Amino acid sequence: MTTVDQPALEFPMARTCPFEPPAEYRQIRDEEPITKVRIPEGREAWVITKHEHVRQVLNDSRFSSDRQHPDFPSLVPGLRPATQNVEISLIGMDAPVHTRARREVVGEFTVRRIEALRPRIQQIVDDSIDLMIAGPQPADLVQALSLPVPSLVICEMLGVPYADHEFFQAQTAKMVNRLVDQATRRAAFDSVREYMDELIARKEIDPPDDLLGRQIVKLRAEGTYRRAALVSLGFLLLLAGHETTANMISLGTLVLLRNPDQLAALRSGAGSTLEAVEEMLRYFTIVDTATARLCVEDAEIGGVPIRAGEGVLALGYAANRDPVAFPDPDAFDIERGARHHVAFGFGPHQCLGQNLARMELQIVFDTLFSRLPGLKLAADVDDLPFKGDASIYGLYGLPVTW
Amino acid sequence: MKLIADTGRCVGAGQCVLTEPRLFDQSEDDGTVIILDDSPEGALVEQARTAVSVCPSQALSLQE
Repeated sequence: MTTVDQPALEFPMARTCPFEPPAEYRQIRDEEPITKVRIPEGREAWVITKHEHVRQVLNDSRFSSDRQHPDFPSLVPGLRPATQNVEISLIGMDAPVHTRARREVVGEFTVRRIEALRPRIQQIVDDSIDLMIAGPQPADLVQALSLPVPSLVICEMLGVPYADHEFFQAQTAKMVNRLVDQATRRAAFDSVREYMDELIARKEIDPPDDLLGRQIVKLRAEGTYRRAALVSLGFLLLLAGHETTANMISLGTLVLLRNPDQLAALRSGAGSTLEAVEEMLRYFTIVDTATARLCVEDAEIGGVPIRAGEGVLALGYAANRDPVAFPDPDAFDIERGARHHVAFGFGPHQCLGQNLARMELQIVFDTLFSRLPGLKLAADVDDLPFKGDASIYGLYGLPVTW
Repeated sequence: MKLIADTGRCVGAGQCVLTEPRLFDQSEDDGTVIILDDSPEGALVEQARTAVSVCPSQALSLQE
C-alpha cells in the first residue's frame, strides 16, 4: 500500500511545548508533507500538513466526512461505536444531504444574526467579570470566565436551561478526553442525547422562540421534522459551544499576558481585537484533528495518489504554521491579518458557529483587559494544566490576580 | 471587474460579509450569499479579492 518501508509514525503526536505544534509536524511538512502515520485503532492514515493541500482536501467531495463508515480514521478509540447507531449530525454528513441540512440552520448563525446578540453577550461577560472581582484572589479564570460565558450564550441561544450546565459540562469534558475508557465515553454520549431528547420533546408541545423551537416550527412547516435529527443537531451545537470558545478564552488571555507589547497595542486602540482573535485562532488551532476525512474516490493531492478507502487527516495546526502561507509562522503577531487560517476548518463543513465565537472572544478580551488592566498570571507557565489529553486543546485552570 | 457568486456552492459561513459588508449580505433564510455590488471599484476591489480568497467553499470569483 505505502511506498515507505520504515514503520509509520504514531499519531496523534504530543504537544511538547504548550505554544507549539508537535515537533514532528514541521519535520513532516518540510520533508514529506503528505505521509502515512499509524493511528490508535492500529490502521494507517495519511496526514496532510501544507496549508494549500489542507484547503484542497477539505473542499474536495472525494474526501468524505462519514464518521460512521468503518474505514473512517477515528482518533478517539470507542468514539465510532458510541455514535454508531445514532442519527448522524452535520459533521458526519456529505453533500447533498449535508448541504440541505446545514441550510436549514445556518440562517441562525449569519453575521447579522450574531451581531444582534452583541448586547446580551456583553452583559454576560460583564456579569461574569463582576462575579470574579467580587471573589477571592487568585481566581481561576477558566471557572470564572472561560466556561460560563460560552456556556450561557449557547444555552440561551438553543433554549437549554443553564441550571443544567454542570451536568453537560461534565459530560462533554468526558467525550473529548482521549484517556477516558470507552464505557465512560459512551455513557456520556448517551446521557446528553437522552437529556436533549427529553428537552426537545417538551419543546414540541408549544415550540418556544429559541433556536431549537424555531427549528421545530420551520421543519414542521416544510414537512421534514424528525426529533432524532434535531437531537443530533442540538447535541452537536451544545458540545461545540462548550469546548471550543472556552479554551480559546483561556489560551487567548494567556498569550496576551505573555506578549505585553501586543496587549498594550490592543489596549491603546492601536491594534484591532478582531485581528488579534484571528491570530490566536491560527496560533493555537485547538481542534487540530477534527478535520479527518475518508477518501471515497481515488485522488491525487500534491502529486501523491490517495486511494479510495484510505483515511486522511488534514492537520489544521500544521497548515496554520506553514511558512508558505504565514511568514515567520511561529511568531504570535496580532497585526498579521491571518484571515486565511484554517482553525475553523475549510470547505462545506467550516465551523457553523465561527462568527459567534469571534464575537464572544472579541467582547471577552476587550472587556477583561479594560476592566482589569493589572491582570496577571498567578502561576508559572510551566505549571499550568494544559489539556494534553483532550482532542480539543486548552487549559484546565488559569490562576490570575489583578 | 465583475464579482460572481455561486449560491449552489455557498455554505453560509459568512466570511465574505465579515470581510466587506458593503459588498456582501446573507439570506435570512438559508444564510447563502447575496451580492450587494457586483462591480466593486477602488478600495473595494482589494476587499473583494480577500473575500474570494477566504471563502471556504470557493463560491466567489472575480472576472477581471
